[in-house]
Amino acid sequence: MKVSPIERGANYLVLIGFALVVLGPIGVIVTMAFGPKDASAGREGGAFHPENFPEAWEIGRFGQYMLTSVVVATIVVVVSVLCSILAGYALGTMRFRGATLVFYVFLLGIMVPTEAFIVPLYFDLRVLGLTNTVWGVALPQIAMSIAFGTYWMRTYFRSSSTALIEAARLDGANSMRILWQVLVPIGRPAILTLVLLVFMWTWNEFLIPLVMSPNGAVRTAPLGLAFFQGQYTQGTALLAAGAVMVALPVVLLYVFLQRHFIKGMIEGAVRE
Amino acid sequence: MSDGTTTVGRSATRRSARSGWVAWAYLAPALIIYGAFLLFPLGRAAQYSLFEWDGLGESTFVGLDNYVEILFDERLRVAFWHALVLVFFYAVLPLVIGLVLAALLTRSQVRGLGFFRSVIFLPQVIAMVVVAVTWRQIYAPDGPLNGFLRLIGLDSLTRPWLGDYTFTLPAVGLIGTWVCTGLVTVLLMAGMSRVPRELYEAARLDGSGPVREFFAITLPTVRGEITVALTLTIVAALKTFDLVYVTTSGGPGTSTTVPSYEIYRRAFQLGDVGVATAVGIVLTIIVFAINGVVNMIGDRK
Repeated sequence: MKVSPIERGANYLVLIGFALVVLGPIGVIVTMAFGPKDASAGREGGAFHPENFPEAWEIGRFGQYMLTSVVVATIVVVVSVLCSILAGYALGTMRFRGATLVFYVFLLGIMVPTEAFIVPLYFDLRVLGLTNTVWGVALPQIAMSIAFGTYWMRTYFRSSSTALIEAARLDGANSMRILWQVLVPIGRPAILTLVLLVFMWTWNEFLIPLVMSPNGAVRTAPLGLAFFQGQYTQGTALLAAGAVMVALPVVLLYVFLQRHFIKGMIEGAVRE
Repeated sequence: MSDGTTTVGRSATRRSARSGWVAWAYLAPALIIYGAFLLFPLGRAAQYSLFEWDGLGESTFVGLDNYVEILFDERLRVAFWHALVLVFFYAVLPLVIGLVLAALLTRSQVRGLGFFRSVIFLPQVIAMVVVAVTWRQIYAPDGPLNGFLRLIGLDSLTRPWLGDYTFTLPAVGLIGTWVCTGLVTVLLMAGMSRVPRELYEAARLDGSGPVREFFAITLPTVRGEITVALTLTIVAALKTFDLVYVTTSGGPGTSTTVPSYEIYRRAFQLGDVGVATAVGIVLTIIVFAINGVVNMIGDRK
């Protein structure tokens, strides 16, 4: 649409101004991460200190925390996406009694606040000896991801072509073969989006690992960072370096696959 | 009726019965994990909320006493009030900013919109703990914010932003605004791009200005998106935990405590599991109620 050059100019100003407001804090933390650790380092070594990163990695034990995060995220992504594909397939392509009810039960899980079920779950898992284990941290997150994942995969399977399914069935393919050899290959974009979202949520999750591992045996990267902030109080450069490292894996994925993230979070939010 | 139809009918029934069985088999893994680790503990929360229990010893049935305590405990009351204040910063403010921003950007074809969209969405993918650590530095007494204020001669405005009884809650809330505005704007932009350009051109021929255009055309079209945006951000506000835990731990005093933080504190630091689960149940009910109300208003018309 045609608008006056003045309005267009003003729009660019708003755009740039707003982008700066968003990028400003990110710039602050990155600058701090590369900044001098203390006054003496500032005098001797100039302004650029990439060595903060290995040092923070060492002192803050981020290697160990990141590894824990990778293990937890892998388990949550693999198990929850598999379960979601199977459940979404049933809800999206099959007619059976109770289908609507089951669908609403899963929808409920998308909205339930973590803090409502995590307290009793902690005490019950403690009795079972599952607290302070990887599974104790992973299973509640798998359950939450299944709620969204089933909803997400159901939407995909509903939109997939019934003619295709019918044709495969006439060829004698059973429901398992139709799923894995016809629908899943075509649905790779939808599945990739789900994998990315679940990975992001798991990597960034804070409350569940905090509650489920009170002794710190299964400390994920965000928890490690919060812990580091409490323990290490000399200067801010190493803390900032740690913060950058914790955020980096998801941010990198976002930079390369942002369409999936935006699409997933926008479309996943749109209600039925 | 011929034999043929009967056979067809019977085989159809048989197939649907079989497919019913197959469907449940496909659902089983998801339902079992989801049931065991989300639904069941949610039910247990309702049960726990009727008992007084310190997490270790014997528990005593106290009926609805834990819920009554929510009404009369000063700390819990302010926690819910703070959640409401956060709703303003997480939902209302981003919606207002997002509407203006999205409307401006949709009206004129500005270059670099895709890049802009990616940038403003970025806070959504950064771990909340990292966001909190970052803003704690920005708000620090010797941090960049106070430095900037001194630079432009506004020394009188400088303060320890996270150690002030009046300003800490808004300071924490603005972090929420920073996180949520991008999501809301991107959502609204998607909705506004659906409006056919001819509609705006027709309106302009009728002599209506940008403001009328906004209220007559743009706003009604993005009704659905507004509903979704409000649902997401209000729920995010009510569930705030990481941000408060890392920036202020609810302080100074009780000035930034929120329901989620109180749940954690009561259950795992004070050994007051009954009240903690009662707060969780109340929070769940509020989340569902708000969802319902927002969707009801959004669906009207």
